[in-house]
Amino acid sequence: MATPTLDKADKAPEPEAGFADSPYITATFRIRRFNPEVSDEAQWQDFQIEIDPKERVLDALHKIKWNQDGTLTFRRSCAHGICGSDAMRINGKNRLACKTLIKDLSPEKPITIEAIKGLTVLKDLVVDMDPFFQAYRDVMPFLITKGNEPTRERLQSPEDRERFDDTTKCILCAACTSSCPVFWNDGQYFGPAAIVNAHRFIFDSRDEGGEQRLEILNDRDGVWRCRTTFNCTDACPRGIEVTKAIQEVKRALITRRF
Amino acid sequence: MQIHKYDTVIVGAGGAGMRAAIESTKRSRTAVLTKLYPTRSHTGAAQGGMAAALANVEEDNWEWHTFDTIKGGDYLVDQDAAEILAKEAIDAVLDLEKMGLPFGRTPEGRIDQRRFGGHSRNHGEAPVRRACYSGDRTGHMILQTLYQNCVKEGVEFFNEFYVLDQLVVEVDGVKKSAGVVAYELATGEIHVFQAKSVIYASGGTGKFFKVTSNAHTLTGDGQAACYRRGLPLEDMEFFQFHPTGIWRMGILLTEGARGEGGILRNKDGERFMEKYAPVMKDLASRDVVSRSIYTEIREGRGCGPEGDHVYLDLTHLPPEQLDAKLPDITEFARTYLGIEPYTDPIPIQPTAHYAMGGIPTNVEGEVLADNTTVVPGLYAAGEVACVSVHGANRLGTNSLLDINVFGRRAGIAAAEYAEKSDFVELPENPAQLVVDQVERLRDSTGTERVATIRQELQECMDANVMVFRTEQTIKTAVDKIAELRKRYLDVSVQDKGKRFNTDLLEAIELGNLLDLAEVMATSALARKESRGGHYREDYPNRDDVNFMRHTMAYREVAEDGTESIRLDYKPVVQTRYQPMERKY
Ligand SMILES: Cc1cc2nc3c(=O)[nH]c(=O)nc-3n(C[C@H](O)[C@H](O)[C@H](O)COP(=O)(O)OP(=O)(O)OC[C@H]3O[C@@H](n4cnc5c(N)ncnc54)[C@H](O)[C@@H]3O)c2cc1C
Ligand code: SF4
Ligand code: FES
Repeated sequence: MATPTLDKADKAPEPEAGFADSPYITATFRIRRFNPEVSDEAQWQDFQIEIDPKERVLDALHKIKWNQDGTLTFRRSCAHGICGSDAMRINGKNRLACKTLIKDLSPEKPITIEAIKGLTVLKDLVVDMDPFFQAYRDVMPFLITKGNEPTRERLQSPEDRERFDDTTKCILCAACTSSCPVFWNDGQYFGPAAIVNAHRFIFDSRDEGGEQRLEILNDRDGVWRCRTTFNCTDACPRGIEVTKAIQEVKRALITRRF
Repeated sequence: MQIHKYDTVIVGAGGAGMRAAIESTKRSRTAVLTKLYPTRSHTGAAQGGMAAALANVEEDNWEWHTFDTIKGGDYLVDQDAAEILAKEAIDAVLDLEKMGLPFGRTPEGRIDQRRFGGHSRNHGEAPVRRACYSGDRTGHMILQTLYQNCVKEGVEFFNEFYVLDQLVVEVDGVKKSAGVVAYELATGEIHVFQAKSVIYASGGTGKFFKVTSNAHTLTGDGQAACYRRGLPLEDMEFFQFHPTGIWRMGILLTEGARGEGGILRNKDGERFMEKYAPVMKDLASRDVVSRSIYTEIREGRGCGPEGDHVYLDLTHLPPEQLDAKLPDITEFARTYLGIEPYTDPIPIQPTAHYAMGGIPTNVEGEVLADNTTVVPGLYAAGEVACVSVHGANRLGTNSLLDINVFGRRAGIAAAEYAEKSDFVELPENPAQLVVDQVERLRDSTGTERVATIRQELQECMDANVMVFRTEQTIKTAVDKIAELRKRYLDVSVQDKGKRFNTDLLEAIELGNLLDLAEVMATSALARKESRGGHYREDYPNRDDVNFMRHTMAYREVAEDGTESIRLDYKPVVQTRYQPMERKY
């Protein structure tokens, strides 16, 4: 055999060739299905699968799609919590399917999976992301500088760099925005993710566009709609302190000089 | 079917595609077609850093970087291209900083740099700090920064559009690009994009392996689209196996972990890399480290009940350093393995990581139709392309660099070409191939399933054409792939709808993987030597007399419709560095 670790791969393909020593369980996935090509009504559908509880919810969805029902539709790419494709409501909470292990979900009961809320469902777990990205674009999410470009890099102290580190981690997964009750009721609200991305620039010592951005966020659909429910912070798979970031933007609005 | 007309069309919105788009949008009417939302691209998964001889923290210069790149690539690198890469690296990093990228900083406020495998001072004397980074999220920051600047420049994106065909027409005996055909995921509609210039920036093809650091969506669509239209693929036998993937999952743990002082250990706790690479040790180049790991495993010094992995030990590093420099990968270990890297070593194994080969281009990003002729109006950059700056083995941090340097070059060259050229007339029924392909899969009542064939392919590739290869294992792979390709004709999908039919697209992606796997195995079989990432146990030495040359693989279709692969070879460009034995 060419590559010793993988000898076993040559034998009859077992879908679960992942974790040899762990006990498989049978888990029920209760998934909210919707396909307007078939019906205008969404409905719950149960799937039973054998799975290692140390596997990801994304692995479970793949097992269902690949072995039981190819029409089950969801987005995914990286499979390890980096690309932001697969935010969904799992047992009533927004999470990334690829970053949630089955064992952490009390799999003895049916695990419910549905699309994130507040954005139009297009098919099964796929929602229309355009309004989400529009809100992001509206806060001018890019470095704004004035004057001549320096020849070398701009200097920034490690402390100044640290100041906005938390909000640079955002992967635009929409878990926060789609867990926000204000956003559910009013789709015009920018939502936490856009504010997080504004924060990333407002607190970057190199940026000179703070005034413009704060003006945008001062709008009636801006930061003041936030009611500090902390849903967003709980939902964020990157561990960003979303509510704190929003509070800091509010404070910047209050203390800025006009 | 809809027809669109743009000066420049870019296929892919990862680092290479967006870097190109920033340039070409300023100069020409540009559309970016991408099967993922731009920020979902796999560039975002890159962790460790981007190389540039800034000399911010110690003496360094671009000539040393050029040398390391050539040596790292086991002398299969085109040296003119490597020189451009290393020279333009400095501006590439500074440009990103000016665009807003939040690099890690030195106490003086300059861009900080760290060590990385194969990067050395003065031609191999000792490791050098050349990798610019942002924690272990460098790729994420590059992807975000480029997207931010695309928003700023008003780049026009067509999100969730899958490019499935490259339109090539012959005008007066010259192959030219007329545009591309794309499938819109949301609606199932087919779109023809007529364009003066097309740039492929559609990324890698790692999903034909099972244990891989690559995303589910990295299925080599761009390579396959060009190959199917008679354009060559270069050096496809060279694939990089990164030493430190999470055991059995393949999720990457950056080489930066070893750059920060992490150590590889076998079951006896021995720092085994000291035996294989006395100078660079754990920071020898990736092919060397991956082979060393498997040698340890084969000789019975692997860890765990099955002895099938080794450890990446970070326990001697202060928790503050891990938190500051390696926050994401330590979290991966906690999330996916339930291991605390402060106190416990992490089980790892090599993981299929990076395609050195791809669509051949020159240093302007122009695609080659053979060893010398360019295809007017067709460009490629990033992992999909083969310039070749990576030769037989890419150095860590040189790909994030590659996508920026050659993405930028391709963006400028394509827009300038579009400015001075006319549209090439579309062929009759330009969408025919795609329409047929989609309808065949949708209407098929065959009994084969996509998931089964894909799994068999991945297991075959892992077992036979990974870190160690022999004539016999490669032949096993060639035969198996042929069988799978036959069975693929009998594949059917369950989802017959038009809306978000990912079932159908997975079937199409599998077809691409099968084509490319066949090219890889066939190219590997013919290369009877060992070089960089291609290691033949039956030919363990590098053979510069017979194989100091690039492989060029062409798809041939006989009169009766039978397909075959024709292999040809292209000389390596050597400027100032003579091949030497590679030691670390
Ligand atoms: C886990 C990991 C860590 C890495 N770390 C480093 C590192 O530290 N340093 C380094 O230098 N390199 C690193 N690399 C390598 C480097 O990240 C990649 O080679 C590089 O980012 C590839 O960029 P790209 O723009 O070519 O492709 P990608 O970023 O993969 O983008 C591909 C784009 O093409 C689009 N696309 C694909 N197919 C189609 C289609 N059919 N139609 C339309 N669009 C399509 C996708 O939507 C996507 O936008 C790493 C790689 C991995 C996997
Ligand atoms: S702040 Fe967190 S939850 Fe919100 S979009 Fe960004 S990563 Fe996702
Ligand atoms: S698939 Fe990328 S975040 Fe889950």
